[in-house]
Amino acid sequence: MLKQMEGSKAVAEAVALCRPEVICAYPISPQTHIVEGLGELVKSGELKNCEYINVESEFAAMSVAIGASAGGARSYTATASQGLLFMAEAVYNASGLGLPIVMTVANRAIGAPINIWNDHSDSLSQRDCGWLQLFAETNQEALDLHIQAFKLAEELSMPVMVCMDGFILTHAYERVDMPTQAQVDQFLPPYEPRQVLDPNDPVSIGAMVGPEAFMEVRYLAHAKQMQALERIPQLGTEFKQIFGRESGGLTRSYRADDAETIVIAMGSVLGTIKDTVDAMRDAGHKIGVLGITSYRPFPIEQVRAALKSCKRFVVLEKSLAVGLGGIVATDVRMAVTGMGLKGYTVIAGLGGRAITVTSLTGIFEKAMRENLELVNFLDLDWKAVNKQLEREKQTRRSGPIAEALLRDVGAAGTRNY
Amino acid sequence: MSDLQPVKFYQTGTFTVGNRLLAPEERSVQANMQRTNSLNSGHRACQGCGEALGARYAIDAAMNATNRQLIAANATGCLEVFSTPYPETSWQIPWIHSLFGNAAAVATGLSAAMKVKGKKDVRVVAQGGDGGTTDIGFGCLSGMFERNDDVLYICYDNEAYMNTGVQRSSATPPAARTATTMPLGSEPGAPFGQGKFVPAIAMAHEIPYVATATVADLRDLEAKVTKAMSFRGARYIHILVPCPLGWGTASHDTIRMARLAKETGMFPVFEAEYGELKSALAIRRQLPVEEYLRPQKRFAHLFGKTPAVETIARIQAQADKNIRRYGLMAKEAAL
Ligand SMILES: Cc1ncc(C[n+]2csc(CCOP(=O)(O)OP(=O)(O)O)c2C)c(N)n1
Ligand code: SF4
Ligand SMILES: [Mg+2]
Repeated sequence: MLKQMEGSKAVAEAVALCRPEVICAYPISPQTHIVEGLGELVKSGELKNCEYINVESEFAAMSVAIGASAGGARSYTATASQGLLFMAEAVYNASGLGLPIVMTVANRAIGAPINIWNDHSDSLSQRDCGWLQLFAETNQEALDLHIQAFKLAEELSMPVMVCMDGFILTHAYERVDMPTQAQVDQFLPPYEPRQVLDPNDPVSIGAMVGPEAFMEVRYLAHAKQMQALERIPQLGTEFKQIFGRESGGLTRSYRADDAETIVIAMGSVLGTIKDTVDAMRDAGHKIGVLGITSYRPFPIEQVRAALKSCKRFVVLEKSLAVGLGGIVATDVRMAVTGMGLKGYTVIAGLGGRAITVTSLTGIFEKAMRENLELVNFLDLDWKAVNKQLEREKQTRRSGPIAEALLRDVGAAGTRNY
Repeated sequence: MSDLQPVKFYQTGTFTVGNRLLAPEERSVQANMQRTNSLNSGHRACQGCGEALGARYAIDAAMNATNRQLIAANATGCLEVFSTPYPETSWQIPWIHSLFGNAAAVATGLSAAMKVKGKKDVRVVAQGGDGGTTDIGFGCLSGMFERNDDVLYICYDNEAYMNTGVQRSSATPPAARTATTMPLGSEPGAPFGQGKFVPAIAMAHEIPYVATATVADLRDLEAKVTKAMSFRGARYIHILVPCPLGWGTASHDTIRMARLAKETGMFPVFEAEYGELKSALAIRRQLPVEEYLRPQKRFAHLFGKTPAVETIARIQAQADKNIRRYGLMAKEAAL
């Protein structure tokens, strides 16, 4: 059914359609509306047979989900930013134990300085935690990916993060096609755990493993993700059969067939990039787009295939590997090893910095002229940065960095959050 | 007690009544041939480990009380490490270890899963050491209490982080030597005026049941676990479990040390329901704290050439305060 609704509300409804049995809720912007929405559905009785638990921290949220999942219940939670870091130890534990928990990450920057706006630093900080990470481009895709995530997680017995851009998607009102309960039930069978704590068939879960088997256990986590590379496209096909629309998959190309330059990105910024590319195509430039939906597992083969006839690529990412450059870009470069392509990294949109068509056009044109650095920072205020560097050179007691910068730029950003 | 047994028989040196003299229904869980051996032989605990003893009695009693419908969540620590060296396990019950600081929350999740799956008779126990309970797991523990989740949490208190080599926790008593509170300087050992007594904090949550116990009185421990399982909601049992390695005591002295802790007033043994004290185990004959401290190498620095009379007096004052606060002298204890 077509509905005009907030992204968070749409995700809450979609999760509810997946019949979760235990939901752990702990608030953090911009995730709040999702868990609030689910709380309402449980309280009103619309979502039946579900325990909704208001926990005391994100660490507890993931830990309760671990217990619930090991007890055989379909378990869900949602978080962002500081919350994801606060639960990090349990995040690794959930995948180490092979528990198919689904979690929404409403992507948000990580402090300090504290910042509630969108970038991808939070989930990318958990890059190697063993969870699968799927990135939504639109609210429709966010909704659809959750339904696919439960199926994928439970088939593999591995946890899945569905990442959606904080505010840009979570708080945007858009038209979405909300599936029916019958459709979701047809797609997603009841949870059949691979391992469960049951007094009638007792097992020990979480034993100490030494050097004799630890590598094998870790390899098996990797093997599961390799299986997911096969399964994710198939799930997209099965999804289309029941729901009638394309959603998910590993990667998606746009106007890339004859492109000499291909821009690679994840999440909602793909919309802005496609608009930019449309305009540049109209102006005669051979430019296209590759969207990455599955960040983990990373679709090396698909990326190689998508880039096989271009001349150069630009990875535009909302994350920064401090001291190196790009995080996604590093993965892409590894994927294209030996292909002889020119590649550029553009760090953009950190902490919610707007990414505009004008700026994108400028930087893509530079790329096409091979006139870019290896690592670039879109719309960075070099004046402010240089002023601060100079201040630090001159004065030992230069004071807190963020405050000095805010004073310099005279920002409306001096408001408190 | 049945009518036929007005006379009490005590085994020499213990206050335990012989099982053979009791009616079958009054015998201990451990005396029963059908006991579950939940924590089975073959584990790697040190000889004389109080934690292994406490866990065996507590979990067997909980199994007995729930008709064997029990799941356990375990924090990282000695109990976890010595019971599950890959690829072996000593647990005869469904058991999960997740992390050091989240046993209470994992148990909450299990309990929610049992509820939603309609398995109302399957009950959940969480267990951890003092470090996993009073320090790193305290947030999750308090959350579980406050929500009144249907979990029995058992803390095995050996008064330090034993698994990592005897470091101080917030349950380490003043003056005790640990690897991070060495007997050096002007205040040797753990400082005075620090630490917390989590049973009292558990009571402040007004949860249905809170009890303390020691491995010196295993019938009392069994009875308390059994009683705890008769409640729904959050329950807490804090068991003093001497650790020969960390305390520097002989492995055959574990039970004696636990008894001395109780008989000196160093460790109050009591029960509380919904935040109110209900009963306490009486001290039969109060002993000076010195008798408890002297056999333990962690307190050896108090008994050097010039005994630390003042420090011992401060410890005695604490024991006296416990006796007053929890009404531990025989007469008062009939609460
Ligand atoms: C987050 C985290 N911090 C520290 C540790 C290291 N660690 C493992 S067991 C342990 C000590 C456990 O002490 P306690 O809970 O008192 O149990 P005991 O071993 O004394 O029975 C510590 C510090 C860990 N595993 N995880
Ligand atoms: S160190 Fe102490 S608690 Fe740990 S196994 Fe040995 S005796 Fe038991
Ligand atoms: Mg300890």
